[in-house]
Amino acid sequence: MNEEFLNTLGSIIGTATPLVIASLGETITERAGVVNLSLDGSLALAAVTGFAAAWTAQEAGLLDLPAQIAVGIGAAMLVGALIALLVIFSSIKLRRDQVAVGFVLTLLAADLARFLGADYTRIPGPQITRFAIPVLEDIPVLGIVLFQQNLLVYFSYLLMFVIWFWLFRSKGGLALRAIGERPEAAYARGAPVQRLRYWYTFLGGALVGLAGAAYSLNVKPGWSSPPAMQGDGWIALAIVIFGGWHPFRVVLGAYLFAALRAISGYIQTNGLFIFGQEISFPFVLLNTLPWLLMIVTLLIVSGGLTERLLQYMPRAVQRRLRAFLRSDPPRALATRFEAE
Amino acid sequence: MKSPRALAIRLTFLILPIAISLAVAAALVIAVGRDPLEVVDALWKGAFKDTRKLGGVFNFWIPLTLVSIGLVVTFRAGLWNIGVEGQMMMGALFASWGAQYLLLPASLSPLLNVILIALAALGGMFWAFVVGLLKIRLGVNEIFGGVALNALVNVISIYLISGPWQPRIGGSAQGTEPFPTPALLPEYSPAFPVNLFMIALVIAAFVIVTIMLNATRWGLNLKAVGANMRSALLLGVATERASMSAFLVCGTLAGIAGSYRVLFTFDNLRPLASGGIGFLGLLVVLLLSMRLLWAPLIAFAFAAILTGSTRLQIAPSLKLDSSLAGVLQGMLVLFVILFHGVQEVFFPGTLEDEDDEQ
Repeated sequence: MNEEFLNTLGSIIGTATPLVIASLGETITERAGVVNLSLDGSLALAAVTGFAAAWTAQEAGLLDLPAQIAVGIGAAMLVGALIALLVIFSSIKLRRDQVAVGFVLTLLAADLARFLGADYTRIPGPQITRFAIPVLEDIPVLGIVLFQQNLLVYFSYLLMFVIWFWLFRSKGGLALRAIGERPEAAYARGAPVQRLRYWYTFLGGALVGLAGAAYSLNVKPGWSSPPAMQGDGWIALAIVIFGGWHPFRVVLGAYLFAALRAISGYIQTNGLFIFGQEISFPFVLLNTLPWLLMIVTLLIVSGGLTERLLQYMPRAVQRRLRAFLRSDPPRALATRFEAE
Repeated sequence: MKSPRALAIRLTFLILPIAISLAVAAALVIAVGRDPLEVVDALWKGAFKDTRKLGGVFNFWIPLTLVSIGLVVTFRAGLWNIGVEGQMMMGALFASWGAQYLLLPASLSPLLNVILIALAALGGMFWAFVVGLLKIRLGVNEIFGGVALNALVNVISIYLISGPWQPRIGGSAQGTEPFPTPALLPEYSPAFPVNLFMIALVIAAFVIVTIMLNATRWGLNLKAVGANMRSALLLGVATERASMSAFLVCGTLAGIAGSYRVLFTFDNLRPLASGGIGFLGLLVVLLLSMRLLWAPLIAFAFAAILTGSTRLQIAPSLKLDSSLAGVLQGMLVLFVILFHGVQEVFFPGTLEDEDDEQ
């Protein structure tokens, strides 16, 4: 396979990483029965905070690059986690609607990011450097695509497997799924529903914060207004649904979106040639593709249409396709649980 | 119920969230090294210095109140119409099409205005219909359908502005050419640049929707659907039709709001012409826990903050980003919601009767 193509695949994996991390974070939050709708604003505020923290550390000149990055990432994760805590606190302690609070927070965080980021607009700052994994990077094909990335990307691979293992192969994961499906039953069996919801929302929010830092310290370095990742939070939320709350499918969804974006970006700069013929049409319209894909994927997994289409297929295929496309939300998603 | 203690607590919980959000905003301003009092001064002057500025406040108030009224309707039916921003934009697109291609002499300008507003209403309704169809028939959650449709209409508008509708000279992505004068909504006077017909339309919409929500079977059905979809269905309410009608009413009002932006505020079509007013409408309605009565007043306060904030950037001693307006508004709504929770949990019995929804 030609090298340019492999490099492109590698860059898709790289640019998809913030989406992967954010979607995985939201996956564990929603598995616990909590919806954190603040993603779009959280990403922006975490991104600008992370960048500002890393930049300040750089200007102070006390730390070396890895430490500057660590400071930035830490600050971003804290921001994401605090916003998530606000969502879960207001739900559990104050009996507020998770969707309403999350929505207000997404707007508020986005404006806060713009306000606080005004002084950090378009200035260069520290960036996460590439780190090829020895030995693995020399594997043909896969080496270039997967293992000549930075540490955050490797972390995202690991995260996917850890979450999968935790969800489906561990005792703790059983409790996690239980509090998202049937909190009453989980409570009756002794699971501390509220405490677990706090923890998983906190953890999910911290990952969203990390994703924000992945933008401002790597994928879209620095800060600008409007922010480069605007809209990605909503896409991440849709990917969780598309992924059926399963870590592998969620990651697949994130890569699919990133690939589509890469293709449309490539066509917009280089034009489109089919059999040597240049095809011309308003390429701006290609920017609709991610959103059309969002609608289409939700259409596919959200019942209605798929069910009707499946009727026309042979029985054997029907069952398998249905199982593959299944996307049932955790039954207690976005609801409150009150212990007696 | 109306003991002095309950009254005192209610008053406290009215003032507390406002005081806290102002305090946090002030702290933020201090954190970036500016004087909060100067900010207040700039905001006030930016909004109320003279009748021209006041006109500017009304220019935000008109579209904001229209979408807020529409959103009360969708919230009543239990629907999160985040797509309202895109519905505004689609209204703006439809009005812009008419403004460029329906050429009528200046003498027929009022007629043309009405036609363009009607077109915009149709545009908003169309985009709301798509959200409704996705939600009701195809099971796509209205929040995600709305977000996607918002993005779609923005891409379409950028395509139109940089493509078919670009100015003959110096085409760019900045905006179309100014529309012909007969298409534009006239201002009352240069000293008070507001369109009175639109103000009348807002008042009419407010009265009609208030009556429809509270005194018709339709309003009752919406409430039943919003409270509990399943039992409403069992009671024989046509839930799908009720939900769809809520979307359509909101889309219509949002479309009209969009037409005001392009036919009055800007005089042409620009990218993101809806300017976040749809989202702000959601905040207004959340602040009021979905009650309609106070919507025009809260919308006025928000419009004043928005108008005043344009001065934050210009004032030489401030040079602050105008997003401070959004921060202040967002914080206000957040703290009102949170403190409503505190009151409900720790001081039950001091709340207004929940059924008393108007």
